[in-house]
Order: sequence, then C-alpha cells, then structure tokens
Amino acid sequence: MRSSAMRDMMEITARPEVISLAGGLPDTSTFPAEAFAAEMLRIEKTAVAEVLQYGPTEGSMLVREQIVEVMAAENTRVDSMDITVTTGGQQAIDLITKVLIDPGDVIICDAPTYPGAIPTFCSYEADVRQIEMDADGMRIDLLEETLEQLEAEGKRPKFIYSIPTFQNPGGVTLSLERRRRLVEIAREKEILVIEDNPYGLLRFEGEPLPTLYSLDGGNFVVYLGTFSKILSAGLRIGWLVTPTPIREKVVLGKQAADLCTSTLTQDFAGHFFRDGAWREYVEELTGIYRARRDVMISAMAEYFPHGATWNKPAGGLFIWATMPDVLSTEDLLAKALSRNVAFVPGPNAYVDGRGASSMRLNFSGVKEDEIIEGIRRIGQVAREMLKLYETMTSTDEMKLPRTEEDPS
Amino acid sequence: MKVALLQGGRSLERGVSIRSGLRVTEALLDLGHEVDVLDLGPDLVGQLEKNRPDVAFIALHGTEGEDGTVQSLLELLDIPHTGPRVAACKRCMDKSLAKYILRENGLPTPDWVTYSEAAIRDFGAASTFGAAVERVGLPLVAKPCSQGSSLGVKVVTELEQIPNALITALSYDDRALLETWVSGRELAVSVLGGEALPVVEAIPTKSNSYDFEARYEIGGASFECPADLGEAETAEVERVALAAYEALGCSGFSRVDLILAEDGPQVLEINAIPGLTETSLLPQAAEAAGLDFNAMVQKILDLAMA
Repeated sequence: MRSSAMRDMMEITARPEVISLAGGLPDTSTFPAEAFAAEMLRIEKTAVAEVLQYGPTEGSMLVREQIVEVMAAENTRVDSMDITVTTGGQQAIDLITKVLIDPGDVIICDAPTYPGAIPTFCSYEADVRQIEMDADGMRIDLLEETLEQLEAEGKRPKFIYSIPTFQNPGGVTLSLERRRRLVEIAREKEILVIEDNPYGLLRFEGEPLPTLYSLDGGNFVVYLGTFSKILSAGLRIGWLVTPTPIREKVVLGKQAADLCTSTLTQDFAGHFFRDGAWREYVEELTGIYRARRDVMISAMAEYFPHGATWNKPAGGLFIWATMPDVLSTEDLLAKALSRNVAFVPGPNAYVDGRGASSMRLNFSGVKEDEIIEGIRRIGQVAREMLKLYETMTSTDEMKLPRTEEDPS
Repeated sequence: MKVALLQGGRSLERGVSIRSGLRVTEALLDLGHEVDVLDLGPDLVGQLEKNRPDVAFIALHGTEGEDGTVQSLLELLDIPHTGPRVAACKRCMDKSLAKYILRENGLPTPDWVTYSEAAIRDFGAASTFGAAVERVGLPLVAKPCSQGSSLGVKVVTELEQIPNALITALSYDDRALLETWVSGRELAVSVLGGEALPVVEAIPTKSNSYDFEARYEIGGASFECPADLGEAETAEVERVALAAYEALGCSGFSRVDLILAEDGPQVLEINAIPGLTETSLLPQAAEAAGLDFNAMVQKILDLAMA
C-alpha cells in the first residue's frame, strides 16, 4: 500500500458520519463534570499564577508522587526521582528512542506492534525486527533466535519494546513465565526492555500479572506509563521510569523538545489523583469497556464471515481480527469507508507489510449500538467481497482453491 | 474577490484535498482575495447561498468533488467555478468512458476491458477472463474505474491472478478496468487554459519495470520537469495531451497522464482536478513555465471567471 495514499484514506475517519473503530480513544463522556469544575475552582482560588507558569522539565513533584501511587496499584514500586513526566505516552516513546537510537540501530518489538510507535522508530532510522506473538504474547523462543541471529551478524539490539499487558493491537497478554524469561534475557544479555503499559489497570477479568519493571527492579527495564487511558487523553500526561543515566539524557531531550509538560494539566491530574476518586473512576471505565468488548465480540460472531478469527482480550481497548486470507484489509477499508465505518488495517502494525488480512478494532471509544452497527457493516462488505471472489474462482476458467463455504 | 474554497469531501482523497486546499487558501489570501473555506457537508448549499461568493475554487479530488456532483450544484446556483464543467468531469472520472472517447477521436490509449461488480456477481462474467487476457495481453493492470489516486491498482502477470486483482480494484469502485501494461516513460502534461505546460516525467527509483505499485510509494519515483525529451517528442506528447484535453471537453485546467512507449505516447487517464499541493505535478509544471504558485492560482481564477 502506498503509505501516503493510506494516510489520506484515514482522513475520512474524522468525518462525523463515520463510525470509527480505528481510534484508540478512551471514553471521556462519563467523567463527572462536577469533579472537573471543582478542580478548576480550586485552581482559580489558589494556583492561577502557578499553572500559567513553566514547570520543572522532569515534571511536577505532585504528579510524580501520584504516579508512584498509580504504579503501586499494579504492585510496582518506583522512586519518584526516577520518573520523568512526558507530554503523553507518545512523547515517552519518542524521547526514549531519541536518546537511545542512532541510525541503523536495532529495535526489537512485538509483531504486530503499536502502530504509533512505527513512525517514531522509523524517523530515527532504526532497524526494526518484529517478533511474532501468540495467545501468550511475544514468543520468547523466537526472540532468542533473533538475538542469536543478530549476534551472528555482529549486531546488538538497543532495546526490546513491548506492550506486555493487553497488547496494542493484538489484545494479548504476556504470560508470567515469559515475563520472567524476558527479564532474565535482559539481564543476561544486558539489553534494555521498554515496557509500555498504558492499559494494565483496565483489566476485565483474571488476576493481574507482575509488570516487567517489578520483576526486574528497574535495572534493565524502562517503564512507560500514561494517564491517557485511565483519566484523559486530552491532558497529555505520560511518564518514563528510567535508571539515572538514561533519565539525565531523557531530561535533556525533553528540554529540547518542549521544556516541560503543561503545568496546568499536571496540576489538574496531580490533584485529581491525590484527592479524587480515581480508583472508582477507573473501575467505572473498566466496566464500560468490558461491556463494549462483549458487545463487539458477539457482533463479530454474528456478522463476520466464516473463516474470520479474533481473540477475546482480558483488558485494554482493542481486538485483533483476521479475515480469510484472500481479503486485504487495506482494500476492505476502502469498501468499509464507503459504508461509513473504519478500522485500522493490519499492515499499519508491521514494518514489513505483514498483517494483510488482519485489522485492529477499538471498542472503548464507541457506544454499544454503534459498535454493533459498525461490525455489521464490516461483516457485510467482507462477505460481499468473499462472495465475489468465490464467484470468480468457481468458473471453469478459474479453477482455484475455493474459500470455505459460508454457512449463512 | 470573494472566493469559496471547497476542500475535504468524502472521497478517499480527502487528505490530499485538504493539503491542496490549505496551499490554495494561502495563495488566495496573498493575492488579496476574501476566502471562505467550505467542506462538503449538509450545510454546503446553505453556506453558498448565504455567502454568495463571486467564484468557487474547487480543491476537491475524487468522487463528488471531481466527478461533477459539486460542479452541477455550483452551476445550478449560478456560481462560476474553477476547473472543468460537469460533463467533462464525468467523462474524466470514468476511466472507461474517457478511453472510449479518446479512441473515437483517434487518440492512442492502451487496450482495455471493463468489468462491473454486477456483471461478475450476477451474469457469470468471470468466464470471459480468458478472452479478456487475449484481448489486452499480459502483463495487464487492474484498476478501479473511477479512483483518482493509485489506490486499488495491481499488476497482473498471469490469468490466475485476475480474481485477486479484481477484488482489490472493486473494493474502490463498482467497476474495474483490465488494461494492457504499456512499458515506457511515464509523463504528465498539465494543461492550463488550453495551453500545455512543460512535460513532467516520473522516474522510478526502483528498476523493476513491472513494479507499478512501487512508483507510488514515497520515494518510489522522482520527478523531472521539463522532461528530457527531444523537440519532436515533446511536440507529439503535447499534441496528444491537448487533443485528449479537448476531446473530453475540459476547461480551466486538467492533467493528462501518458506513457511514452516505443511507438509514441499513449494516454492513460485525464485528471479533471489534479493535486494542487506544493509538490503536485501541475504546480511544478507551472513553475517551470515561469508561473509561481500564486500566479497559477490567479490564472485558474481568471479562467473560471472568463
């Protein structure tokens, strides 16, 4: 796919008539307006001059203290001095890549990986190697093979980037055994692991697993967090937890990028997490997302064509679905957009064009009736194209293997 | 002048259109015009009626913006607009119709066959794929009948690949062409006010001659303007391009895409409203003719008002 043409195609998803299952949006509609007003009133009374001023590059102490609390909710102990507040998780990815990567350096990541990380890695001219995942996350046996292969080429990866919990876009979670092994490998080979954990607190079922950071103690694991999915994406607050030498470079990089993250939104978030009912709010969001996931999955079972597969994530925001392999999801998106529905085609999550028949579907940012309608339309265009393919390949002239019979 | 700048829209080329629109808006403001930027939506006609612009600058690409839909509305509202009029837009947008018209006018265009989704689905058209291949030969190019960009285009080197290529092309339109692959130099002639601007050549940076798709990737081609052609070649390319522009009834401006094969130029398609971003081919050609972006925009406006 011509990448610029693809980007142009994604522009339409912003139109109001389009049901977009393409984004990664949290639902912010249930945030209590009174709580928002109360924070603003407090600022008006006590902190106007302060929030209109620059702040420290590494972030306000109040926010860093609250980040310690939020991470503790996932049994991860950190020192507030190791935290750098960033302008969203995206800046955290950008900064860590900027300070660690020189052109040609190897980055290892999940296959598929977060589509927003790819342009960042590519803009620093990294050599990206993606490791296949299964239902238990990144396949560590394949990681070890890749590391051996790299060693044979005389290369050492600069870091391994992974979203171990409710992975974006795959929806899978790295098993405990693999988490342990990954941390061991990091220690043995002295390779940094960048653990990106935006969704860990959005668990629908099952027991939480320890973060890589907590298993490692922060020696070889750098942790990326964000308030975007548990409070607000509009506040643009994320963070990095790094060992001191890296933190110094990150702070220099951040100084060059934007001096500091918004003082106003840090103040808002800091007080909300200190005084507000954030645990209840996250619990409420989790309930909304769980219901939406279930609605999406039952709609897929009803409307997607025979031969399509998908997973049931135990948390997070995304489902990864794969269509029968004669369908390209990039082409399917064009057809779906003509029916005003959008998703992210699989190849956006790979550097090498893999994922041609897969798609990422977001369930957190769209209401239940729209999820059902969106999935129905995607299913309809997929069935139409499959039927057409079958018609073409079943003539005497085109004796090709047929797709499996559609039972409907 | 009071200019309504139409951009965005619902086509797959919305992104380019917004970039074209931004660049043109800048130029219009520089030129001292009053600009009202409009996207296609339920209030389009209402806005146009309320604001009564002197002229509409159409920076839309693809369906609805480039296919005559918006043009016919503007003509109904009696608002002059830039670029070709309704009928010419319709002819250009339908690649198959455009090729029939070219042929009727004795102009060279590669052989082709058109398939509609309905003919394949309901009338057993798939059993004619063999005959189609006999007519157009291999390799051939499968493409949607009415998309302006390179989306949905695939090269077919054997009969068995046709269903796959058609599934792709038919994802972008309900009709698709199978067209003879003609190897040669890829040229674009922009026509402004009935005059050909210097020829632009797209030079593939990858050398695989069948890798049609690679040409459309970023960095897949570099552009040279004026193209390195002999005097006679240039004259012939321009003659064919102008004749194609006229045969389709274009006015204002348009861009004719051709392949310069061994036996002369062949017209691939005519873009009624080509891209107007800084790096688009029409502005590049205008620049080579000594017209900077602002002067080009003013000229397009003057042609609309003429």
